[in-house]
Amino acid sequence: MIEANDITVRFGTAEALRGINLTLSPGQRLGIVGESGSGKSMLGLSLMGMLPDAAGMSGQIRIDGTDMTGAKIASWRAIRARKVAMIFQEPLAALNPLRRVGNTVMEPLRQHLGHSKDAARARVLQLFEETGIQDPVAKFRQFPHELSGGQRQRVLISLALACNPKVLIADEPTTALDAHVALRITDLLVRLAEERGMALVFISHDLAAVARTAQDIAVMYGGEIVERGPVHAVLSSPHHPYTQGLLLARPALGAGHLRERLPVIPGTVPAMRDLAVGCRFSGRCAVELPHCATERPASRPVGAHHDAACHRIGAAT
Amino acid sequence: MRAHRAINLWLGAALVLPMIAIAAISLIWTPYDVTLLDVGNKFAPPSPSHWLGTDQLGRDVASLLMSASVNSLTVAFVAVGMGGSLGVMLGLLASAFGGWVETLVMRLADLGFAFPALLFAIMLATAFGPSLSNAILAIAFINIPVFARVARGAANQVWTRDFVLAGQAAGLGRARLTFDHILPNIAAPIIVQATIEFAVAILAEAALSYLGLGAQPPLPSWGRMLSEAQTLMYLAPELAIYPGLCIIIAVLGFGLLGDGLRDVTDPRLKQVRA
Ligand SMILES: Nc1ncnc2c1ncn2[C@@H]1O[C@H](COP(=O)(O)OP(=O)(O)OP(=O)(O)O)[C@@H](O)[C@H]1O
Ligand code: SF4
Ligand SMILES: [Mg+2]
Repeated sequence: MIEANDITVRFGTAEALRGINLTLSPGQRLGIVGESGSGKSMLGLSLMGMLPDAAGMSGQIRIDGTDMTGAKIASWRAIRARKVAMIFQEPLAALNPLRRVGNTVMEPLRQHLGHSKDAARARVLQLFEETGIQDPVAKFRQFPHELSGGQRQRVLISLALACNPKVLIADEPTTALDAHVALRITDLLVRLAEERGMALVFISHDLAAVARTAQDIAVMYGGEIVERGPVHAVLSSPHHPYTQGLLLARPALGAGHLRERLPVIPGTVPAMRDLAVGCRFSGRCAVELPHCATERPASRPVGAHHDAACHRIGAAT
Repeated sequence: MRAHRAINLWLGAALVLPMIAIAAISLIWTPYDVTLLDVGNKFAPPSPSHWLGTDQLGRDVASLLMSASVNSLTVAFVAVGMGGSLGVMLGLLASAFGGWVETLVMRLADLGFAFPALLFAIMLATAFGPSLSNAILAIAFINIPVFARVARGAANQVWTRDFVLAGQAAGLGRARLTFDHILPNIAAPIIVQATIEFAVAILAEAALSYLGLGAQPPLPSWGRMLSEAQTLMYLAPELAIYPGLCIIIAVLGFGLLGDGLRDVTDPRLKQVRA
């Protein structure tokens, strides 16, 4: 569905993403966790062809059989909404305050699928129903400020799903919501992905939310994926020192901490341009080896479909 | 703070609304026909039959002022409307495409700014003869760069907002995003600017008509009344004072209204209040 190879995103000389490889099969649900600034949003945007103008990207991307490597804006526009769609962190900010939400959701239907006004309207009501919006007819005519946070996010999910995308990228879709609302939204995303056979990229700070939503998890640090694998494997036997740090520092999973932030690991994330050329985690790593700062660790298998990028792995300890 | 800001708005409205009402009334009724000459009754002092007296040709001054207000408002409306729409379109274009398109539009706007309306009006008058429509074109022309700048600045801010990102993620193109999402969200600063430019346009029309480059006789115009009254300054100074006052009230009124509108719609100020 998505095949990304060696994606690197630069702002000037600073690398916001470095050598990201990612594959996503139909219906697969991948969670992405990492501290603020680790490049999660950049990864999502690069899969939409929506990186800021200042960013330079290299690497190959195939989406649903189409090679998007170096694609022009027009080719990206043609696959957005129909193949990949994205929802954002702040549902209020992501809706035009001056448009009725129904009209906002109608736009891509009219534009891409050439629906008539009536057909588009009927489809929007159906989408509202599907995403669990109560009283769709009334909601259709309301403005964003008249809806609750959860309803707004459901409207945005409707917008993203309007043209039946094969992949949905959700960039921290629950961060701005109350705990119980967040839970309902993550469950909704899982249900929609299952019903539609749609792949889901679920970006979050929140390990518990990822554990609940995704089958696989990718841990990002400093613009790289440092460890990835099935959720239970990564959480029960983390191999990368950064992942271990994350899990050690947090209370037991499912202990009522639905919305906890990633715990603090000693030190702070260095600025992007100050990251080591070798392992991005060197400098903060408790088990650092002498060559860590200068040599980049390769990703190695540590279990079934589970791999991590650390010089400690496979080396004599 | 809040009361102070609202004062501009209310003062402006208090000056502007009666003027608009009077202009509207004059369309269907004026005390006297403004083309009616009554030379036997020239320079009549104010009286119950002629509230503001009569001029050098015996025309009713109150009726002239009323009809002239229609002229001023229409010119301002048409000129700001034309120049404003063109300017807003250029600004939106610049903002939507960025890069060299934006640079080009903004350089042109700088050029337009440097070009005085009066000079343009004189050029038009030389080429096509002085007329009210040439004055309107000249005033419209100076409005283009003003609105291009305001629209582009406001639009650039809206382009960075999340709902535009969401629209992009939904595969919408620049044109759709511009009309559905950018334009409605820059309406407030555009309306504020239009109100202020209205004041400028009324003053410009008066100046051009005063110089004989605008409204031609017998169309009543404050600017022309002023220039005609000039030669009679010692005989009947009030004939210059009345149109002068009208110009001041209109310019001040729209200026205050524009400032007041800006004050109440400026999001930076709004945040302080919330
Ligand atoms: N326009 C830009 N110019 C330079 N650097 C940028 C720009 N936009 C983002 N970055 C950098 O890219 C890096 C990755 O940012 P990104 O937004 O992907 O992080 P994130 O993991 O999504 O964080 P958060 O959890 O806060 O959303 C950050 O270090 C950020 O400073
Ligand atoms: S490569 Fe070295 S610095 Fe990086 S995580 Fe492994 S041990 Fe730590
Ligand atoms: Mg982010």
